[in-house]
Amino acid sequence: MTTTAPPPTDVATGRPAPTGGASDRVRAERRLGWILAGPAFAVMLLVTAYPIVQAVYDSLFSYRLTDPGNRSFVGLGNYWVVLTDTLWWQSFGVTVLITVVTVAVELVLGFALALVMLKALKGLRPILRAAILLPYAIITVVSAFAWQFAFDLTSGFVNTWFAWLPGVSADTDWFGGTGTSLLVICLAEIWKTTPFISLLLLAGLAQVPDVLQEAAQVDGATWWQRMRKVTIPNMKAAIMVALLFRTLDAFRVFDSVFVMTAGANGTETVSFLAYRQTIARLEIGLGSAVSVLLFLSVVLIAFGFIKGFKVDLSQARGEK
Amino acid sequence: MSTRERNWWIVAGIGIILYALFPIAWIVSLSFKAPADIANGQFLPTVFTWENYSLILTGDASELFLPALLNSFGICLIATFLSCLLAMFAAYAIARLDFPGKKIILSTALAVAIFPVISIVTPLFNLWRQIGLYDTWPGLIIPYLSLTLPISIWTMSAFFREIPWEMEQAAQVDGATTWQAFRKVIVPLAAPGVFTTAIIAFFLAWNDFVYGISLTSTGAARPVPAALGLFSGASQFEDPTGAIAAAAVVVTIPVIILVLFFQRRIVAGLTNGAVKG
Repeated sequence: MTTTAPPPTDVATGRPAPTGGASDRVRAERRLGWILAGPAFAVMLLVTAYPIVQAVYDSLFSYRLTDPGNRSFVGLGNYWVVLTDTLWWQSFGVTVLITVVTVAVELVLGFALALVMLKALKGLRPILRAAILLPYAIITVVSAFAWQFAFDLTSGFVNTWFAWLPGVSADTDWFGGTGTSLLVICLAEIWKTTPFISLLLLAGLAQVPDVLQEAAQVDGATWWQRMRKVTIPNMKAAIMVALLFRTLDAFRVFDSVFVMTAGANGTETVSFLAYRQTIARLEIGLGSAVSVLLFLSVVLIAFGFIKGFKVDLSQARGEK
Repeated sequence: MSTRERNWWIVAGIGIILYALFPIAWIVSLSFKAPADIANGQFLPTVFTWENYSLILTGDASELFLPALLNSFGICLIATFLSCLLAMFAAYAIARLDFPGKKIILSTALAVAIFPVISIVTPLFNLWRQIGLYDTWPGLIIPYLSLTLPISIWTMSAFFREIPWEMEQAAQVDGATTWQAFRKVIVPLAAPGVFTTAIIAFFLAWNDFVYGISLTSTGAARPVPAALGLFSGASQFEDPTGAIAAAAVVVTIPVIILVLFFQRRIVAGLTNGAVKG
């Protein structure tokens, strides 16, 4: 597809270059750049920008797929319906709760895992790396099933193993209430995604210069002081990038909720609400409004991180 | 490091391995339990049985599981291939050429990567039904690109930045065009990065659930995670737990193989793309 791109014109090859060889070369490079990168760019826009524009448009109509004849323009009516409904605020609250809990735990746990991997003996390192990649690479649905079956009343072993804990007995129904259901959902999410955070933090840890550590040690700083005053400030960028990615990812939580509770007992998240409105109830207009609101939430979070915490995304993009 | 300190780190390391493997060991153990054994309240089965595997591979549930497995492999491999192909050219341009719009392309990749999938699926669901892409392979391959393409561009640009580009210049001095230098010199150097990117992209596609349940309705295109997620509600008289566990183990095997063989590369790819050292 790129063979039509002319090679940079060289005066020596005899091709006339009225504006001078240098600027011709620059122009050819620019053109080649867009010829090479253009298709990928276009596909990205096509698979995301187009659907979100369509969703914004659809959200302005009262439109049920089973009743296309009665499609009518309602302006921002759908948004009013959604935002005044407790269902939205309930699922929004659940989503925020899952996001805050999982990301906070994952940050601490991920940091501990990263420290262990950094200190691990050379021989142990490949084994640790492979082990920690497994939760990351495993299908979320599979992880959700594993955790669900473990806590399930019939198939589970958790009640047998942890019967000594207060409040746990052979007939503890973990999926019978909101709190315990959310606890299991959070556990599954934490197990699955902590490795990703810990790998990012490990890369950040490896960037902290050893000289600084040694200097602090010579000056008599305790382990905790070195950690707080030397290590963490020096890997702030890595921490922020990990936080940003995980927060945005956690906010979209869907698979685990679908598998474990299907939104029952007040465990519905925003993604699940959008899914249920559109795919299950075929309320395209309302569902689109929820989708757009979810999209706006994600944009706001990203914006807040970048502006508020000054996350340096040029570092995230691998630029210097 | 003192011996005592070192022992502590070894214990912590074993802790990590247990942490990572425990839920996987559990689902494997569960998959070997006979229906009567599922409710035994224990981690391990009383008697090991292959019953669940024969159920999903040759028995009643195979009509559901095997087409789904084929769909998953086919759709994910095609989506991975397409996104790597597109990303390869884009990443080369980003890492190598000087042109306006580089920043826009990388920012777009970032924006698409954080995009909530459910916001895309609503309009696609509607559109796919109208133009006949609903419940077809292309109907999933196209949206899968939104999962695989951004990370491919990102990871590959990071890899491509580390290639010794002097070699390309040397080739150009020797009379090769930009295109020839790309094909003959850079592609062999870039192949490991492309391969690693392909693995990561494949993981993302393999993991998809939202598109799978929303844009398919039959075995014609439904991938395994979606088939699993909806299997529990199917009109099966038997308790589907054992069959789900066995199917879960089968779809985890490719993932485990890739992780075991390429763990070093995968870690490099994941962290290169996100945090640049």
